[in-house]
Amino acid sequence: MIKDITIGQYFPGKSAVHRLDPRMKLLLTVLYIVMLFIAKGFLGLAVGIIYMLAAFLMSGIPIRMMLKSVKPILPIIVFTGFLNLFFITTGDPLVEWHFIKITTGGLKTMVFMASRIILLIFGTSLLTYTTSPITLTDAIERVMSPLKVIKFPAHEIAMMMTIALRFIPTLIEETDKIMSAQKARGADMESGNVIKRAKALIPILIPLFVSAFRRAEELALAMECRCYHGGEGRTRLKQLKTAPRDYVALAVTVLFIVAVILLNRFLPI
Amino acid sequence: MGIIRTEDLTYVYGEGTPFRKTAVDGVNLDIEAGEIVGIIGHTGSGKSTLIQHFNGLLKPTSGKVFIDGEELFADKSRLKEIRFKVGLVFQYPEYQLFEETVYKDIAFGPKNMGLTDGEADKRIKETARLVGLKPELLDKSPFELSGGQKRRVAIAGVMAMEPKVLILDEPTAGLDPRGRDRILGLIKEYHAEKGTTVLLVSHSMEDVAKTVSKILVMNDAKVFMYSDRSSVFAKADELTAMGLTVPQVTRVFDRLRAMGIEFDDEVFSIDYAKDLVLRLLAEKRR
Repeated sequence: MIKDITIGQYFPGKSAVHRLDPRMKLLLTVLYIVMLFIAKGFLGLAVGIIYMLAAFLMSGIPIRMMLKSVKPILPIIVFTGFLNLFFITTGDPLVEWHFIKITTGGLKTMVFMASRIILLIFGTSLLTYTTSPITLTDAIERVMSPLKVIKFPAHEIAMMMTIALRFIPTLIEETDKIMSAQKARGADMESGNVIKRAKALIPILIPLFVSAFRRAEELALAMECRCYHGGEGRTRLKQLKTAPRDYVALAVTVLFIVAVILLNRFLPI
Repeated sequence: MGIIRTEDLTYVYGEGTPFRKTAVDGVNLDIEAGEIVGIIGHTGSGKSTLIQHFNGLLKPTSGKVFIDGEELFADKSRLKEIRFKVGLVFQYPEYQLFEETVYKDIAFGPKNMGLTDGEADKRIKETARLVGLKPELLDKSPFELSGGQKRRVAIAGVMAMEPKVLILDEPTAGLDPRGRDRILGLIKEYHAEKGTTVLLVSHSMEDVAKTVSKILVMNDAKVFMYSDRSSVFAKADELTAMGLTVPQVTRVFDRLRAMGIEFDDEVFSIDYAKDLVLRLLAEKRR
């Protein structure tokens, strides 16, 4: 059923990772990505794996969910893997058959790239699993707020994201209702060719748009009635506060990055 | 066997998740053809979920539903046919209007049934008359109409399919008293004229009491009772415990009877109450 679709993939919990300041989590994710990209060899990547594993074990997110997050990216991993395998010709040849030539260099690059992409996905997924979408938008607003100096509408963008997130479940529910209502009038959405099916969407899309506009108007009115006038001078109910653990996490992350840099310098395998 | 029959009908939302909830629990029902039934229960009692089983929009988690002797979901290709037999008007049906004109919107159902233009035209005009839409409104956009008119257009859209069973989910929600009386009046009229089985879902006892002949009370996903009006209202205390009420006039006359005034009538509407009071006064004077 359409209701089962989940947008955003927050997995509620109370772990240390969940409780980190969302701004810090954003920063740490960026640092983690940097860490993965500066690693030149497998040892450097191994540091990334250890970091990921530690964060994952602390978070208490089921492994099943982490694996699920990689699934949509799998075709890309396979595709780049093939490219690396067949088109990199450095190192010793392993297989040579007609125009196909597989070398140790190609194999190495394939494994390296694939692991890096998977680690990347794991890291960003862990961020979205442990941070609710609303908190995340909050953090994005705060992180972007220095850009206000150059007239960047940080608050407005965050507000738009928040509203969009807030209305996704509402609109899904509405779609469900309209679909049922039109089905009750004999609308057929499951059979016929592409054109017929596209046409069958009209009785659903039009009421959906009408109600989305109606809701938007009502919301705008309600916000104005409560004197909303943009972000200037606005305070928050939930202040984001950094705790000592945030700085501990930052220090640990910086240590890991230093380790990767040292490994690059002295043991670049 | 009645036109709608259920055997141990159970429906569970979100099976296998922490949000699991039994919305309909072991319901056994037998509704006779031609009846006009009120389905009441407070919010979350499972009445909306129950009615969505009657035209196969929801598939029972367990148990069976029979419409006109035919089991639902026994043959999936028959579902569309059954949906034409059981017309379902959802809550706030005006939000499902989408066509350019009122005429075309009412035509959506009949067209899906594959009726000829002539037959569809006849039905559209007839239902429009029945729900009190003036002919000149038919060429207007449904979005230009007033709330009450929109609702009547949406109801007409289902009535025009001439279903054997008409189910309306809270058809009077959000309307003013006059709009409410108007909708209830047209439902009664439609029932009288076509002899269709009508199911009226509501949480308002007053609405139900004036309109229906039998009442189905849902409580906590189960059927509390299914009986005629007077035997349902006789259980006023239990209904109150469920968060439902007996119509005000009925309560007033129950008290009068308790105070020793003698009459045999069951009072469900103000009009009837007025007649009864006048009659009792006339008897007293004599």
